Amino acid sequence: MAGQETAEQKEFRRQCRAWLQENRPPPTAMPLPQAAYEVTTQDHRNYLVDWQAKCFEAELIATDVSADYGGHGHKGLQQIASSEVRRANVPYFINWIGLGMAAPTLLIHGTEAQKKAYLPTIFTGEDIWCQGFSEPGAGSDLVNLQTSAVRDGDNWLINGSKVWTSLGQLAKYMLLLARTDKNDKYNGITYFIGPMEHEGVTVKPIHKMTGEAGFNEVFLDNVVIPDHMRIDEVGVGWKVAMSTLTSERGAAQGVGAVASSNSPFAAIEALIALAKKRKRNGRPIWDDSLWRDKLVKLYERTEAAAQNARRARINALNGGAMRIPLQGKVTGSELGQELHQLALSMLGMESSLYIGDPNAENDGGWMLGYMNTYTGTISGGSSEIQRNILGERVLGLPKSK
Amino acid sequence: MMEQSNEQSKDFGFGEEQELLKDQARRFIEEKQPLLALREATKGTEDPYLGEERQGSFDVAAWNEMVALGWTALAVPEAAGGLGMSLVTAVAVAEEIGRGAMPTPLTATLQSTFVLRQAFTQEANSQQAIQWLKKIVEGSSASLAIQGAAGCLELDATDVTATDNKLNGVACFIQDLQKVDFLVVSVKDNGRLKLFCVDLNAEGVRVSHDRIVDLSRDQGRVSFNNVSATCVAEDGDGVLNRAWPALLTLVSADIAGGCEWLLQTTAEYAKVRTQFDRPIGFFQAVKHPIVNMMIAADETRSLTYAAAAAYDSDPDTSHRAAHFAKSNASDTAEFCANRATQLHGGIGFTWEHDVQIYHKRVMHSQQLFGDGYWQRQMAASHF
Repeated sequence: MAGQETAEQKEFRRQCRAWLQENRPPPTAMPLPQAAYEVTTQDHRNYLVDWQAKCFEAELIATDVSADYGGHGHKGLQQIASSEVRRANVPYFINWIGLGMAAPTLLIHGTEAQKKAYLPTIFTGEDIWCQGFSEPGAGSDLVNLQTSAVRDGDNWLINGSKVWTSLGQLAKYMLLLARTDKNDKYNGITYFIGPMEHEGVTVKPIHKMTGEAGFNEVFLDNVVIPDHMRIDEVGVGWKVAMSTLTSERGAAQGVGAVASSNSPFAAIEALIALAKKRKRNGRPIWDDSLWRDKLVKLYERTEAAAQNARRARINALNGGAMRIPLQGKVTGSELGQELHQLALSMLGMESSLYIGDPNAENDGGWMLGYMNTYTGTISGGSSEIQRNILGERVLGLPKSK
Repeated sequence: MMEQSNEQSKDFGFGEEQELLKDQARRFIEEKQPLLALREATKGTEDPYLGEERQGSFDVAAWNEMVALGWTALAVPEAAGGLGMSLVTAVAVAEEIGRGAMPTPLTATLQSTFVLRQAFTQEANSQQAIQWLKKIVEGSSASLAIQGAAGCLELDATDVTATDNKLNGVACFIQDLQKVDFLVVSVKDNGRLKLFCVDLNAEGVRVSHDRIVDLSRDQGRVSFNNVSATCVAEDGDGVLNRAWPALLTLVSADIAGGCEWLLQTTAEYAKVRTQFDRPIGFFQAVKHPIVNMMIAADETRSLTYAAAAAYDSDPDTSHRAAHFAKSNASDTAEFCANRATQLHGGIGFTWEHDVQIYHKRVMHSQQLFGDGYWQRQMAASHF
């Protein structure tokens, strides 16, 4: 791949950067949660949907998607738009499951009619999507899922329950996996677009250890889904799900930055700033070589992740197309966890103070952030599952199961 | 803090030319089978108490071919008859040397080249540096003599002094000393640090060899007794300081190559070694640490190419980038060596298995120009 940008790409980058600078939205009355999967209030929803719609109009989303499906029809510009969004430190896109998982899945596996019907409102944020994979008895062992789909003429009748459903209370559609054959584990799963507003769907919030109600249990009692909302063939749902998860784990060509409002360096830079400000034994913590060693190591590993992304694009140096992209989730989430653990140590007793305490550093944000790092290390395939995948798919080790 | 500079290319400056050269180096080293010769050369020297004195393994014919292929000249400036190529190019070759654990003075010669090249760029009277760079193009090999007996890593850690261009003192921990023709020596002259070049055949030079653990390298010390030498840099401090990132990056590349070998060899072993009726790679207690080796090796490789790209096109950021690379490489070396031997079980602990050769090589490299703790201490001054 060429190292240099074309004139068109350069000009587009300039436009993106200028637009993002001029159109940064004012802050919300109540601060936004740290990540899009924790959004629960209508105020935050409206604010974020409005923001995503503006970004879509500015061609930052669905940049390279055909106009037939509601995109902007460019070529080779999405990556630039996404990198500028990440760089700009702006609010995240609320429809991250729609952009990061539903759209890539529909683009590969959807019918023409499905692409035309569902993609445009994913891009604008009008219809929020959630993911219905995990069940009480099917977490890491996802293929064990039991929610059933039984054909009833032109419809399907769905029964079962889903769990850990982020954005479930705001979503219009769910990426739904259901079992169509009890006797065939892998070939007995079918993939549906699950309408959240249909009768028989009950959404019940679950409070996380942080106290936030970011995700939900979803109960499906005799929910009727028309057959035209089935994605791909009956029985190939597992394969479709794997391609969705590949997108989730950051290995697919996106349709929009699943924007975090922070650059990957923001957290470590904030921690170093804290170390320079705070004192132990009368000296800034940063001047203590023990602390500094750990902080520089974390910065170095954050840099390594950024440089991995740079190297992943060079075929001769990346050791295979999937090797680096499949590492992103496990390394990023574990690094974030380590970083927050170090932050709590640095705060000492002050780390006990939580949101709302007037003396808490950053309104308890370090502790909140620490607890939320488990979202990264557990969801979307835990770190243990990621290591199985890396060992098996990249290194060719025997399958653990 | 620092954004990646716009001066730096997205592809590290690693293009078609670099890819071809890297492929060529890989095939060449595989063909020469350096491990076979190394095993032959160390036979009978195993026992540290009873074994024979160990002569280094060095395939002179292969070295001559490498010179003919232009590998020694690749980083020499065109003004001295070289190819004037980037550090990224040199790193691509150094990585393959590390992957092959090849006993060769190439990495030391490349490092010497980057020091002399800096002297050539920086010094008003650069003719002396050019003369020695020309020797490299003609096939001479070189190594750096910049440490004293204490093995300190400061730029002025030398125990050699100069008076009227006569050198006295002892330089230690010189890499691949048995294989090289001349040295780039850091020297104190009236409180100033200067760089001199000395032919190892010069009068008053006495060489002695260290007994080292790493089988794929040799190392030694040189004492200078009124040795006439040519000064190649009056501002030794400045030259060495600016070349320093290149030295660190080349060692990091060697480690990256060696650790990739340790990773692939351990993964292959886990596919064929059966215990409890299954290949051991089936078990997550084995699988997951192997994946961790890959994660570590990939971090090192990315930071190494990033450091080389910084040196080539964005020197202001090159020190920090090189300290990151060598910090990461040093930790990766220790980790991959440790896991590779452990996961091979008994056989990995034997002299018979090649894992021990790589284990020793990467741990030697871990300390070269400073381990992770040292690098991070140095990197901290760039925050």
